[in-house]
Amino acid sequence: MKQKVMNQTRRKLIIGGAAAASTPLWLNVANAQAETIKIGFPTPLTGPFSAEAQDQVKAAELAIKEFNDAGGFNGRKAELLVRDDKLNPGEAATRTLELIEKDKVNFVVGSLSAATQLSINAVCKERKVLFNSISQSDAINEAKDWSVYTFHESLNPTMTAGAVARYSIPRYGKKIVFLTADYAYGHEMVRAFERAGKELGATTLADIRHPLGASDYSAFLPRIKALNPDILVLCNFGRDLVNAAKQCTDFGLKSSMKIVTPVLLYTSRLAGGPEAFEGILGGTGYYWGLEDRIPTAKTFNDAFRKMYNGSVPSDYGALGYAGIKSVLASIKIAKSTDTMKVVAAMENLKYDWYKGPEYYRKCDHQAVQTVIIVESKSKNMKDKYDVFNILTIEPTTEKNMRTCAELGHKA
Amino acid sequence: MTGLTFELLCMQLLTGIALGSIYALLALGLCLIFGMLNVVNFAHGAFFMVGAFLGVYFLGITGNFWFSLILTPLLTGCLGLVTEKFLVRPLYGRGLDYPLLLTFGLSYVLIEVMRITFGIEGLPSITPDGLSGTVNVGIGYFPKYRLFLIGATAVIIIGVWLFIQKTRYGLIIKAGAADQEIVKVLGVDIAKVWLLVFGLGCAIAGLSGILASPTRSVNPEMGIPILAESFVVTVVGGMGSTVGAVVAGLLVGVVYSMTSLFFPDLSELSIFVLMAVVLLMRPQGLFGKAGAMG
Repeated sequence: MKQKVMNQTRRKLIIGGAAAASTPLWLNVANAQAETIKIGFPTPLTGPFSAEAQDQVKAAELAIKEFNDAGGFNGRKAELLVRDDKLNPGEAATRTLELIEKDKVNFVVGSLSAATQLSINAVCKERKVLFNSISQSDAINEAKDWSVYTFHESLNPTMTAGAVARYSIPRYGKKIVFLTADYAYGHEMVRAFERAGKELGATTLADIRHPLGASDYSAFLPRIKALNPDILVLCNFGRDLVNAAKQCTDFGLKSSMKIVTPVLLYTSRLAGGPEAFEGILGGTGYYWGLEDRIPTAKTFNDAFRKMYNGSVPSDYGALGYAGIKSVLASIKIAKSTDTMKVVAAMENLKYDWYKGPEYYRKCDHQAVQTVIIVESKSKNMKDKYDVFNILTIEPTTEKNMRTCAELGHKA
Repeated sequence: MTGLTFELLCMQLLTGIALGSIYALLALGLCLIFGMLNVVNFAHGAFFMVGAFLGVYFLGITGNFWFSLILTPLLTGCLGLVTEKFLVRPLYGRGLDYPLLLTFGLSYVLIEVMRITFGIEGLPSITPDGLSGTVNVGIGYFPKYRLFLIGATAVIIIGVWLFIQKTRYGLIIKAGAADQEIVKVLGVDIAKVWLLVFGLGCAIAGLSGILASPTRSVNPEMGIPILAESFVVTVVGGMGSTVGAVVAGLLVGVVYSMTSLFFPDLSELSIFVLMAVVLLMRPQGLFGKAGAMG
């Protein structure tokens, strides 16, 4: 079998080589048609978000497999080219440039941080390559960073933090304290929570900023306790969130205030354990438990379980799946891999890959989608994957997003 | 800053002391090794991390915190013995940077081993039964576990101090640090002493790992930032001074905590400012002897 494959490859090589050497240009173009569709996938495989990044890759591979199993596009198969951006914007730009220049990728999907996605976006914008970002950011929607090649599959802080504010303020109270990771994404979450909170009459008692990647938060907690807010908002991510949640629990803050977080990650909850996160509520783009109410979630979970020994996809993992699905589906609709044709197809795409109906808003290519509000469980868990209760699902609406004009887009 | 009360200041101080306890323990281990062997152990943070992982792992299996509190430092201590015997020993007499680079590399090996063994997400840490929750300390509620941490650190430090000051072995260690040639002439096998001191230092690092584990998330990279902070502590205290390590550890914890109260976004920076100030005023550190770096 292997011999046969090798022979075939060799024959292809010989034919290709001969074609390149001796045939006119049109034949080369025809040859290119049979090539695989390459999708570059820069993501931080190493570093603090590596658990989430590896899950993104797993789910993206699933989307690629489904496309290829269904026959691909005119016989052309898709291929995922994963690169480690090390959570470093410079590295992300270099890897992306390499993917475009050296590996000749047709499209780019990926990223897992506000900063790296902006640098990937800048490269793709300059090289006119379609980029579907699967990580949260508000800046990427704004006219100054955005380009027609930019799509944003993920939720953004305005949508998630806003949904958490709209859910928690009427229930728990109006005095708010923020514990915020001191970088762009942390600030975006605070701004979005305050924006939604203002309409509900909330007041901010303090916004305490901690350095990104701090391992100890205990020093901030006596002051938070003394401020006595109704709601403490943890505007941090990954391990920062795990440490902060754990130490808030140790210091007994939960007895006098509700702790919420704009983005409550599945992987963080697994790493932090049930006690640390008990009763903490937050927003998320996806939780596997949606399968009880949404048929596509069930289909997606089952396919993922089958491919990965019964494990379930995480929130960021699911985005890897959706990000690839949208691009590949648009190729089929456009009947072409030409960037502008795929962009046009994606702009008109109405899809439901895993969490109910979605579409990209015309002006900024933001995926309009639901926000799921979940609360961490510490009791009655069926298995190790059963970590959240779904409290509510904020419906798909452009009303909760910043308007196109606000973002600087022309109407 | 509104709402600044005496109680809040006291709570902040107590929080700082709990934080400083871990620094003090780590710096104590670093100091023992440096004072005796003249080895700057860059794998110290990794030993701390390994201790945290093993501690949580044994706690998960046995369900007994005290058992794992004894077993973990024994294992990291043994790992330290092996490291000294087979990796560090061949480098003696080659200058400070050789063992430094070696232990730096070793720390990455240990991190990778833990990633492969336990996964990149780390393990959810567990607060032992009976020590979870808070207790009223008169000025407010404080986590029971952190009070235990302060107490345990005090016991360990006093234990190490008694060992060095009051026992025959301690005497040899002190003598060896002061003048190894004379100790050799007196018929002591100094190589064995080095071995034991390195093992002891790593055992204390592992012990601080398991002690710290219930207060933070246990992940393969947890030793990296704390290593930098521990070096700040040893520099502030004076390289090679055990008293300095303990005092500076607590001081760094309190400075961090107090800065967090008034200027939260400068908290990480504050300890480096402290180091810079100490280096300018007293280059050898608070309790160090001049020229300790050789």
